[in-house]
Amino acid sequence: MKKRSMGLAASLCALSCAAFFAVTPGSLAHPLFTSTANAAETPTLLLTDTALLKHGANLAAIGDCVVCHTANRSAPFAGGRPLETPFGTIYSTNITPDRKTGIGDWTLSDFTRSMRRGVARDGHLLYPAFPYPHFTHMTDADIAALYAYLMSRDAVQSTAPANQLMFPLNVRPLMAAWNLFFLHPGVEANSDIDGEANSDMPAEPATQDAQLIRGKYLIDGPAHCAACHTPMNLLGAEKRGDAFDGNVIEGWEAPALTTLLSAPKPWTHDQLAAYLRTGLADQHGAAAGPMRAVTQSLTNASDADINAMATYLLSLQKPAEASPTATQQTAEANMNNIHNGATLFSAACASCHATNAPMTTLGSRPSLALSTAVNARDPRNALRLILDGIPTDRSTRAAFMPGFADTFTNAQIADLAAYLRSNFSSQPAWSLDEANVERLRKESHEP
Amino acid sequence: MMTLIVNGTPHQLDIDPSTPLLYALRNQLGLHGAKYGCGLGQCGACTVIVGDKPVFSCLMPVAAIGTRAVRTIEGLGSTEQPGKLQQAFIDKQAAQCGYCIAGMVMRAQALLDRVPSPTDEQIRAHMEPNLCRCGTHMRILAAIRQAGQPA
Repeated sequence: MKKRSMGLAASLCALSCAAFFAVTPGSLAHPLFTSTANAAETPTLLLTDTALLKHGANLAAIGDCVVCHTANRSAPFAGGRPLETPFGTIYSTNITPDRKTGIGDWTLSDFTRSMRRGVARDGHLLYPAFPYPHFTHMTDADIAALYAYLMSRDAVQSTAPANQLMFPLNVRPLMAAWNLFFLHPGVEANSDIDGEANSDMPAEPATQDAQLIRGKYLIDGPAHCAACHTPMNLLGAEKRGDAFDGNVIEGWEAPALTTLLSAPKPWTHDQLAAYLRTGLADQHGAAAGPMRAVTQSLTNASDADINAMATYLLSLQKPAEASPTATQQTAEANMNNIHNGATLFSAACASCHATNAPMTTLGSRPSLALSTAVNARDPRNALRLILDGIPTDRSTRAAFMPGFADTFTNAQIADLAAYLRSNFSSQPAWSLDEANVERLRKESHEP
Repeated sequence: MMTLIVNGTPHQLDIDPSTPLLYALRNQLGLHGAKYGCGLGQCGACTVIVGDKPVFSCLMPVAAIGTRAVRTIEGLGSTEQPGKLQQAFIDKQAAQCGYCIAGMVMRAQALLDRVPSPTDEQIRAHMEPNLCRCGTHMRILAAIRQAGQPA
């Protein structure tokens, strides 16, 4: 791991130096690198337009801005939440209209530039943990609505702690090199240069085609799904050739979004829409880990947009893979472990998860036989769920599961997982032991 | 046969290894402090301390306990001589129907063992898994705060 980081640092250095000198002199003179503060553009003009604010609220819900930009529930959008990345910890910024510590002094042009180019008002370069490589695809109209919505929030005075990033990534100007390679500006992002705009995005698509176009726009732009669900290269950029093939984020597997038809029951449009909206899909399971907060934000998105996103996601599917037969490999799973797991299951899990337990017959909770986590190729999410559960969330109706990190030892959790896999799934046995569980326990992760 | 160490005393029990700890405590050992509430890990009435962690005893198979010591509310004191935390619950009159209280006390005890003088924020976060249907949470918090003050 250390070796990889060193190699990464070295290659970044070399790459950055080359690119930095190639782009910097021009960039520093470019208007994009200087503040566009302009007395004529005052945010207050936008704050009385309720249709605009509603439009912005919908986009904020789809983009789940509040999820990363909130550390303390009583101060939404005030930032300060630590985001663990492979390169260190980044703290989200305050995007409330506070003039000192938030974006109260930002003009619409400042805001647009940050969304399209990852440049803050004072000209410093933002890190792509802020998904501007996605937001760059948003239309002018949508960015303006989002701006109006954020400017209508309560101003909170709060400064995020300093980022803790490894060298050389703590040198912000190097992001210019990153952007040169990995930022592919959207159509309208170029329009300020090319004078070419495209604002005819359908707000309420009627036909399947329009739904697909709208869905693609939302998924690739404001919803930035690929930011978690696409594998990253060594420099933390999405591998464009492997879009939506899944990744590990904050200790959890963000599953591939291209194999939804390979599930024991292939995902349907209605199940996807319900999952995005409520965090629960009746033949797949409940949102957990970082996705739980995303679905809580999507609850506030419009039906039309949720449907459009579900339509587009379903259009990304690869043909269902023939599920590998679970013959020999299952036989290799240690029967002793499975037997121990069965004993633990009957005391700790059966009251909710046994066949015909009330939870599997009420409230659309699926049997473990259909669970995405139990059928996944990697045991990560199943182990994570046993360890951490799904925390309660005040009075929301989201699914709940107690965590068992304090109840079971690592070996017991490995046995339990072996039993779940052999008893509920037709997929081959996982290869795992207590060391796997120990590693997951130690990983920093989103509860 | 298996050995369970409860409140410092080892007990030999001839029970199915998949028996939840709660049933072993109540039925085999006659310790009726921990209560059966939901059986789903949602209410905390069954909370006891295993090792140094508060757990839902209704979801804890006796087979999983191994050599870890079990502590129940009976181990904290008696009616005649209540422990410090129990006395604080009495002083603050934190019980209404009382069904959740043994679980509340044991979860709070696990926190006090680790953090002798917890902040209010720590208390609230730690006590979140336990519910009181009577709504005496404010008195429960007050009792834990009292027990967390240096003597």
